[in-house]
Amino acid sequence: MSTTAGRGALVSGGSTTAVGAAGLVLGLSSIFGGGVHLRIGWLLPLVGVRFDVDPLGGLLIALTGAVAVVVGVYAVGYARHEHWSVLTLVLLPTFVAAMILVPAAGTVTTFLLCWELMAAASLALVLADHRRAAVRSAGIVYAVMTQLGFVAILVALVVLSAAGGADDFATLATRGGAVASGTRTAVFLLTVIGFGSKAGLLPLHAWLPRAHPEAPSPVSALMSASMVTMGIYGIIRIDLQILGPGPTWWGLTLMAVGAMSAVFGVLQASVATDLKRLLAYSTTENMGLVTVALGAAALLSASGAPTIAAIAITAALVHLVGHAAFKALGFLAAGSVLASSGLRDLDRLGGLVRSMPVTTAMFGISALGASGLPLGAGFVGEWLLLQSLIHAPTQGDPMVALAMPLAVGAVALTTGVGIATMVKAFGVGFLARPRSTQAADAHEMSRGMAVGMGLAAASAAVLAVAPGVLGPVVQRVLAVLPAVGGDTAGPHLGAMLRLPGIPGSMSPGVIAVALVLAVIVAVGLGRWGRSRRPAPADVPLWACGADELSPRMQYTATSYAEPLQRVFDDVLRPDTDIEVSHFAESRYLIAKVTYRNRVEDPIERGLYAPVVRAVGAVAERVRRAHNGSVHLYLAYGALGLLVVLLVVR
Amino acid sequence: MTWIGAIRRAGRIVEPAPSAPSDRMAPPAGVTGSLQLRHVDCGSCNGCEIEIAGAFSAVYDAERFGARLVASPRHADGILATGVVTRNMHDPLLNTLAAVPQPRVVIAVGDCAVDGGVFRDGYGVVGSVADVVPVDVEVPGCPPTPAQIVAALRSVTGR
Amino acid sequence: MNALAAAGAVVQVAGVLVGAPFVVGGMRQVRARLEGRSGGGIGQPWRDLRKQLRKQQLRPDGTTVVFRVAPAVAAGSALLIAAIIPLVTLGSPLDSSADLFGVVGLLFLGTVALTLAGLDTGTAFGGMGSSREITIAALVEPTILLAVFALSLPGHSANLAAIVSATLADPAQVLTLGSVLAFVALVIVIVAETGRLPVDNPSTHLELTMIHEAMILEYSGPRLALVEWASGMRLTVLLALLANLFLPWGIAGADPSVLGVLIGTVAVAAKVVVLAVVLAVAEVFIAKLRLFRVPELLAGSFLLALLAVTASSFLASAR
Repeated sequence: MSTTAGRGALVSGGSTTAVGAAGLVLGLSSIFGGGVHLRIGWLLPLVGVRFDVDPLGGLLIALTGAVAVVVGVYAVGYARHEHWSVLTLVLLPTFVAAMILVPAAGTVTTFLLCWELMAAASLALVLADHRRAAVRSAGIVYAVMTQLGFVAILVALVVLSAAGGADDFATLATRGGAVASGTRTAVFLLTVIGFGSKAGLLPLHAWLPRAHPEAPSPVSALMSASMVTMGIYGIIRIDLQILGPGPTWWGLTLMAVGAMSAVFGVLQASVATDLKRLLAYSTTENMGLVTVALGAAALLSASGAPTIAAIAITAALVHLVGHAAFKALGFLAAGSVLASSGLRDLDRLGGLVRSMPVTTAMFGISALGASGLPLGAGFVGEWLLLQSLIHAPTQGDPMVALAMPLAVGAVALTTGVGIATMVKAFGVGFLARPRSTQAADAHEMSRGMAVGMGLAAASAAVLAVAPGVLGPVVQRVLAVLPAVGGDTAGPHLGAMLRLPGIPGSMSPGVIAVALVLAVIVAVGLGRWGRSRRPAPADVPLWACGADELSPRMQYTATSYAEPLQRVFDDVLRPDTDIEVSHFAESRYLIAKVTYRNRVEDPIERGLYAPVVRAVGAVAERVRRAHNGSVHLYLAYGALGLLVVLLVVR
Repeated sequence: MTWIGAIRRAGRIVEPAPSAPSDRMAPPAGVTGSLQLRHVDCGSCNGCEIEIAGAFSAVYDAERFGARLVASPRHADGILATGVVTRNMHDPLLNTLAAVPQPRVVIAVGDCAVDGGVFRDGYGVVGSVADVVPVDVEVPGCPPTPAQIVAALRSVTGR
Repeated sequence: MNALAAAGAVVQVAGVLVGAPFVVGGMRQVRARLEGRSGGGIGQPWRDLRKQLRKQQLRPDGTTVVFRVAPAVAAGSALLIAAIIPLVTLGSPLDSSADLFGVVGLLFLGTVALTLAGLDTGTAFGGMGSSREITIAALVEPTILLAVFALSLPGHSANLAAIVSATLADPAQVLTLGSVLAFVALVIVIVAETGRLPVDNPSTHLELTMIHEAMILEYSGPRLALVEWASGMRLTVLLALLANLFLPWGIAGADPSVLGVLIGTVAVAAKVVVLAVVLAVAEVFIAKLRLFRVPELLAGSFLLALLAVTASSFLASAR
């Protein structure tokens, strides 16, 4: 049994890695070589399947491929440990292949086909552990939302291709500007809804913090690092490339949606106590930042500042890549913790730095990236985004002049709270002392999992210190996005980051080296007078005079975030109650105090619950039409056909 | 502006520094004029606490001689112990002293801390501070005056 | 970018290293005098540092490499900021490698290192101080980024030398709405990030009221010395940066002479002394805010900053 399971895991992980590597090669070759074109006529009736990979698609394919390589290596050990079923083992490489095909799709039909394949594969993977009720509930939410999103995309793309009179993206891109403005608006709104829900943007993010935590960790990593970026890809492809440049309000809409997602996501992450839920909300946050960048690019190109728009779109691309690296790493590290201790609850974790030093270091690298600080993989993207926002020319367009400072405010708030969130996740979860026996008994998992994480960590480190490696890639991608300033000289990403027309530069590599030197100097300062010191000693923790501090006295994730929760009370609306039960003899003697604190998603409560209730009520009415009689159903069918004939005539 | 007026009217309230005490010990880490202390109340009647507060007040200003009270024994160069050592405070006193990095001093302030004072043979009493930990400087008095406490601190700081 | 400019950067680092304890001592001395005391003298922090460096290194049980490295990271980030920003000369060799965003990032890197160290001890007070410090940092960061926005508008660059040069070229812009706002925001940021009144009381002995101090309760001896030194350096660097962003006169150019470096050093030292004295005097008149009032102050300053930046940007577009 164990050997077959082991072989299955090896085959599944190996083929995932192989598919990923193929994707990486395909992506890079289509970025730097010519485009890749492939047509399979027989696969789909009438239209066939067609793949055209341009540099934009190539970037997404390479990104997915790279994530899949890492996840595949990791999944060998993980799948073996978790005894994955055959279905899950087969679906993992299928899911990766579907994700690689989405950006490769050259026509609307192919795109829709691949998109649905990706959605179905990911849904089945989310349900891998379907014996738990939480997984089933998350699966239902995910299934409903992803299919609703698909409907929006389907309608939008069909309308677009009807209006443009073509099925393939290349032709549509040339005719996109000629589409009637009402149709353009409808397509824009529908695609923002459809792709936005895939990218986890507000208010259609609710599936994300449910499905990502409940999915097996390698799948979470793939979903968070790659699948959500397909939503961003869709927005770039359809709204910026084919339909763009749009009117000013398109950019403003994207910026508003992005800013709200970023702030809301990071606030929910800051109070989350489930490690994977925290990472999932952080995905909403980061996709929000990317969307702000896309919106800024659209707005700036509409208001005649293509140079700055190019910086914004570069920020979006760089941040997508950076996010993929640190978020995949974060989910993989969280997966190791989950596999080893069975815990995702930060309130019960702690002390992993001693029992799982490698995983701790990996999560540290991921958290540094997610916090957007220098030396982290998220820094350069956020830096470019802020530069594009603060250097937007304000002369002339009051909308730009209003939108940019507000966007800077939102991004600034996001990064601030993001730092606190990641310090909480890393500090409470991995440092300090174990808060439960499971955490105390944790141990490092298999070497393959460590190698997988190591690969992700290495790429995150390279992106943090030498973002110049993305320079040539970004340059080629920009060239296919003339609608958002891609035809101008974009920012120079090298060892030194330079922006066109702005006297300012930044070099993460030099900062890293200088910081290491400065820390060495500081260590040297601390050694001053060493010869006169008594020998160092190990002492117990200072317990204010008492004999011992128990680990239960430590701050937990909940208490750590309490001040923030208090500050953002109005947005988070925490549900807190304190129950005091007294002894029967006297109400002055307290038997027990129970404190409960729960932060639910207010959007879920306020928006989703009424909708679900309404749908339920309508379904109840409609149910009366179902009486099980075949004749009645046939009559419905005939009636329906009649209506269709009348309408079409 | 009333505060500025108050500050101007009060001027300097600090008393002129008396000459440094003659019998001084070598400063703990070899640096004169720097002494951080963690105060431990081992079972005091709080008379000595009031006088210690006086010693660090604006009038006696022990800070000008480099002495300062700190919150954590880790930051301290020693402890300032007051009162007779009660059973309940016996372990905390030892724990606190153990938390102070070497080299460290113990200053016993007040008669109770020095020899048990009026509580010497009480039922809940372990003994004087010196019975529990080695004491470097003793400040007798019930309570000692702030001037005496400052003089004892100066004998350690060397200023 | 010649040898003298590099020498200027070295002078900056050395000056901050040596001067920071004196700045802290000076501020304590001003406070002591206003309270009618005579005070320990401006050399007191240096005496304390030298003594701590000769004391025993204690290793609390269960602390890890995070706890051991954090003081060096905090001090190192402060040193690096001192090398980057234009204090003595505009021509620091590192100026082009990091703009104001980078400097803010480095500042927070130091904060994050110490908050992680506070959590690493696994004590109740360590976690408490860390939680409070990071909450304040989370609210300070947005304000500081908005201030950067306001500051980088005139020079069309977030690079510090460019901002300072723009102010030198056109001194009137110091009095614009955005600039004044940025000044106020930066003052609040400095007060909050260096743990001064009314956000935190640097001389409190009560653990429950502590913020910064609670995080570092477990540090002793040489590491404590580094932590204290680092917090002094952060204060000094931020005061000097504030001075040079708004009153850059006296600073040596990008290609300085020996005399220029000398004048620059004296000028920045004088500015820091003046600012430190003003800050210390102001502290005498204010009490510490209740902990949960602090976020109101910071959130308020953030909203004010947002309003002012938006307004000035909007007005500029209408012009």
